Amino acid sequence: MTALLVTRLAKSFGGLRVTKGVDLAVEAGERRLIIGPNGAGKTTLFNLITGEISPDGGSIRLFGADITNTPCRRRVHLGMARTYQIITLFPRDTILRNVTLALLGLSTLRWNPFVALDLQHDLAARAHAALARVGLDEIAERPLGETSYGERRRVEIAMAMAQSPRLLLLDEPFAGLSIDERRDVQKLLRAIPRDVTMVMIEHNMDVALDFADRITLLHFGEVIVEGTRAEVVADPRTREVYLGE
Amino acid sequence: MSAPVTRRAAPGVALLVIALALLATLPAWVGNAYYINVASQILLFAVFALALNVLVGYGGLVSLGHAGLFAVAGYTTALMLQAGQGHLAADVAAVGVTLVVSAVFAVLALRATGIGFLMITLALGQILWGIAYRWANLTNGDNGVNVSTRPAPFGISLAGAQSFYFATLVVFLLALATMALFVRSPFGASLRGARDQARRMTALGYNVWLIRFLAFLFSGFWSGIAGILFVYYNQFISPQIAALQTSAEVLLMVISGGTATLAGPIVGAAIVVIMKNVVSAYVVRWNMVLGLIFVAIITFMPEGLVPGSARLWRWAWRRAKTPQKTAPQKTTPQMTTPASRGDRP
Repeated sequence: MTALLVTRLAKSFGGLRVTKGVDLAVEAGERRLIIGPNGAGKTTLFNLITGEISPDGGSIRLFGADITNTPCRRRVHLGMARTYQIITLFPRDTILRNVTLALLGLSTLRWNPFVALDLQHDLAARAHAALARVGLDEIAERPLGETSYGERRRVEIAMAMAQSPRLLLLDEPFAGLSIDERRDVQKLLRAIPRDVTMVMIEHNMDVALDFADRITLLHFGEVIVEGTRAEVVADPRTREVYLGE
Repeated sequence: MSAPVTRRAAPGVALLVIALALLATLPAWVGNAYYINVASQILLFAVFALALNVLVGYGGLVSLGHAGLFAVAGYTTALMLQAGQGHLAADVAAVGVTLVVSAVFAVLALRATGIGFLMITLALGQILWGIAYRWANLTNGDNGVNVSTRPAPFGISLAGAQSFYFATLVVFLLALATMALFVRSPFGASLRGARDQARRMTALGYNVWLIRFLAFLFSGFWSGIAGILFVYYNQFISPQIAALQTSAEVLLMVISGGTATLAGPIVGAAIVVIMKNVVSAYVVRWNMVLGLIFVAIITFMPEGLVPGSARLWRWAWRRAKTPQKTAPQKTTPQMTTPASRGDRP
C-alpha cells in the first residue's frame, strides 16, 4: 500500500516557483531519503506534506485518503508526525513535559481545564516510556534549557514517536550532531519498526545512505532522480547537481 | 520522590495558610470601614488582574481592551437593575452578555498576535468606551448609572463594608482556585504551549486558535465577574471605567506583579489600589509616585515583583548558606578530614 502519494505538487512564493509538479510515492514501511542542494525545496516539500503551507496545485494522499486540504493539525490525528530542521521545542518546560505535550496533542484530555496534568499518571507513564525508548528517561525531569543539542534531537524524535505515527517525516535529524550523537540517533532510527513509514531529508550522506531504501533527488523544486541507493548514486545527474563531480 | 516535593511545597503552603488567615481576619485587625473597603477593592481588582493574566501571562496575548469587558458586565448589571430586574437575573445576564462580547472580541482580535492583537483589543475597548460615553439613551452618558441596592445572597445583606468584603473574598478565592486549577490543567499546558511555540503546537495536533479563543472566554468570564463586583462596590458606573486608563492600569497590575504567576496580579492589584486610595490622600502627585514604582520594578525586577522577589530570596539564601560550608574548610582544613572526624578505622 502507498503510504504517501504526492501528485504534481506545486508551490510558488511570489514569482519564485519552489515546488514544480513534484510526484512522490512512498510505500508503507519504506525508508525514503530526500536529498538535494540548498534551496532545492526539500523543507518546503515537507511543509506542504504536513500542511503547514498550502499548495498552489497538486494533491497529497495519506494511506489513500486525500489530505490536500486537510489542516495541519488534523493530519497529525491521521497518523503524520514530523521533526524540524531547526529544533522547535518548549525550552521553559522539562523534557517530560515536552513529550507529554506531544501525547496530549492527540488526546481529548487537552481540552480539560478541570484536572491537574501532573495527576494524569497514565499520560506520564506513556511519556516516560517514550523517553526510555530514546534513552532519556533518567533525565526526564531536567529542564529542556539545560540539555545538550544531541539530547534535544532525541527529545524531538521521542515526541514524534510518542504520537505513534504511521508516517514520520524527519527534517535533517543529524544536523549539528557530533559523531557520537549521530551514531546514537542513527541507532534510534534503525530501531523504529517497519510499520512506521519514514521520509527523511538529510545532507550527511554517510549516515543517510545507510538509512534509505530509496532516494529522491530534488533540484530547484523538481524531482530529477529517483531510485535505489545504487541507482541514484550512479546517476550522472546526481553527481552533477549534488555530489559535485 | 515525594519527600523533596513536599519539602519544596512546604513554604508555599505555609505562606498560603498565613495569607488566608490574614484575609479571613482582616476586618477584625483593620477595624476602619474605609480600609475594609480598600481591601474589597484590592480583591475585586485582583480578580480582574488574574483574568487578564490568563491571556497576558499564560497565553502571551497582551490585551488593552479588557476594561471594555469589565464595563460591559458592570453596565449590564446596573441597567438590568434599573429596569427593575432582580439581582440574580441581572448578574446572570451580565455574565452572559460579557461572554458574548468576549467571543466577538476574541474572533476579531485573534486574527493577529503580538502588537496586532494589542491594537485590535485597544480599538474594541475604545468602541465600548465610546458607546458608554455617547449612547446616552442607553447608558445615561457621562452621568452614569446608579445602583440603589446591593444583593443579599442567602439572606445576608452585603450593604455593609464587612459583609461586602467577605462576599468579595469568597469570589476572589473561587477565582484563585479556578485559576490555580486552570494553569495546572492539560488545557493550561496547551495554552502555555501555544504561547511558546504556536507552530509546533499545530504540528502536534492542537487547534491553537480554539485554545486561545476558549482562554479569551475564560478571561472574559472572570473580567465580567470582577465588573459585577465593581458595580456593586461603587453602586455606580460611568464611562470612565471603560476607558483606556482602566485597561492600562490592570495591565500594569499584571506586569508589575509578575505575569504567568498567580500571586503576581494580586500583588500588582494591591499596589495600584493602595496607591490610588491611600497614598493619594498624603501625596498630591501620587500618579508620579506610582509611575516611579513601576519604573523601579521594571528596572530592577523586569520579571515582576513576585518572581523577582523569589529570585532575590533564592540568591540571599544561597549566599547565607555558602560561607557556613566553606569557612571551616578554609580556616581549619584538618577539622573536616575524614580522619579527624573518626570516619577512618
